[in-house]
Amino acid sequence: MGLDFTVLLEYRDLILTGAVWTAVLTIVSGIASVFVGTVLAVAQLSRNRWVTAPVAAFMWVFMGTPLLLQLYFIYFGLVEIGIDLSAFWSGIIALSVHFAVYNADVIRAAIAALDSGQYEAARSLGLGRFQALRLVVIPQALRNVAPALGNNMIALLKESSLVSIIGVMELTLSAQKAISETYRPFEFYILAAAIYYVLNMGLEYILARIEQKTALTR
Amino acid sequence: MDIELILKVWVFFAKAALVTVEVSALACALGLALGLIGALGKLSDYRALRYPATVYVSAFRGTPCLVQLFIIYFGGPQIGLNLEPFAAGVLGLGLNIGAYMSESIRGAIVAVDRGQWDAARSLGLRYLPTVRLVILPQAAALMIRPLGVNTVALIKGSALVSAISVVELTYTAHRFISSTYKPFEMFALSAFFYLIIITVVTRAIRALDERYAVQGHG
Repeated sequence: MGLDFTVLLEYRDLILTGAVWTAVLTIVSGIASVFVGTVLAVAQLSRNRWVTAPVAAFMWVFMGTPLLLQLYFIYFGLVEIGIDLSAFWSGIIALSVHFAVYNADVIRAAIAALDSGQYEAARSLGLGRFQALRLVVIPQALRNVAPALGNNMIALLKESSLVSIIGVMELTLSAQKAISETYRPFEFYILAAAIYYVLNMGLEYILARIEQKTALTR
Repeated sequence: MDIELILKVWVFFAKAALVTVEVSALACALGLALGLIGALGKLSDYRALRYPATVYVSAFRGTPCLVQLFIIYFGGPQIGLNLEPFAAGVLGLGLNIGAYMSESIRGAIVAVDRGQWDAARSLGLRYLPTVRLVILPQAAALMIRPLGVNTVALIKGSALVSAISVVELTYTAHRFISSTYKPFEMFALSAFFYLIIITVVTRAIRALDERYAVQGHG
C-alpha cells in the first residue's frame, strides 16, 4: 500500500475539531496547573510539618511516576472509591496535577529566592499572611519563573496526546478515528504531528509575548 | 491495603519493571548516539549536515512522543518498516530522547572554550580526533546533569510503549487495575518500582556528576 495524502482532505473537519480540543485541554490544564502548583508551593513553605510532609510525599510520587500511569489511576481507579469521572475530566485532572507538581517545584524555589523583606514589608503595612502572599510575594515569584512555567506548558501540549488513550476526543484520537475508517495510519499520524508542531510554535509565540509583557523593565 | 493480593501479583510487576529498564536502557543508548550525531550536525559548518540535524531535533522535540511511536509502529508497515512492539518502542523512544539529548550535548560542547578547537586544529588534529580527544572530554562533565534529566524523563516516558502493547510496568498496572478492581494497591505497586528505578538512576547520575565536576574544575 503506497502513501496517499489526498485522503486527508476528506477528514479535515474531524482533525481540525480534534486540534481545537487539544488546544482547549492545553489551555485549561495549563492554567489549572499554575494555580494548583502555586498552592502546592505555598503549602510546602508552611512551618507546619503536618502540611509539608504529605505535600512533599505527594509531589515525590507524582514526579517519580509516568503521567500515563497517573491517568490510568485517575480514570480507571477512582471509580472504585466512588469518584466516577468522565474521560475528559480525568484527562484535565491528570494533566493539571501532573504539571502542577513540576510547576510547584519551580514556584517554591522562586518564592524562597525572593527577598524576605518583601513579605515582612507587606505584613508591616497591615496585610494578612495570605494577602501578603497573594498580592506581593506570589505575583513577583510567578513573574520570575514565567519562562520555566512556559516550558512546562509546552511539554503539557505534547503530553496532552496521552489522554487519547483513555478516549478523550482530541487531535491524536481524531487521527485514530480517521485511520479506523481509511487504514492510513502513516498519513494521518504525520498530519497530527504536523498540527502539533504548528500548535507548539503558536504556543511558544504566545508565551514569548506574555514573558515580554510581564518582564520587569529594570 | 490488600497485602495478600500485593504478595500474589508483585512478581508480575517485578518482571514488567525489568522490561521498563530494558526498553529505557536501549532507548538511552540509541538516544546518546543520535544525540551526539545531532549535536555535532547542528554545530557543523556544512549545511548538508546542519540542516538535517536541525530538522531532526526540531521535529522530534516539537511533536508528541506518543504520535512518533504511532507513526513508527502503525505507519511503519506502509513504508516497509515492520517492527515488533518492543523494537518499535525502543526506536521511537530513542529517536525522541535523542533530539532532547542533542540539545544537552550541544549546550555542553558550546560551553567549551572556542580556543580549544583552534588550539587542537593548529596542533594538526583533524576534526574527529579534536572532538574525541579534546572537546568531548571537557564537555562530558558539563553534559552529565542535563543528560541525566533527559534519562529520567525517558524512563517515565517509556510508559508510552504500553500504548503499542509492550508489556512493561504501566501496561501491567493497567491490566491489573482493570482485573482486580484494586486501583490503589496496583498503583502503589507500580509506583514503587518506578520510584526505585528513578531513585537509583538519579543517585548514579549525581555520583557521576560529583566525580567529574571536580575533575572538570581541577
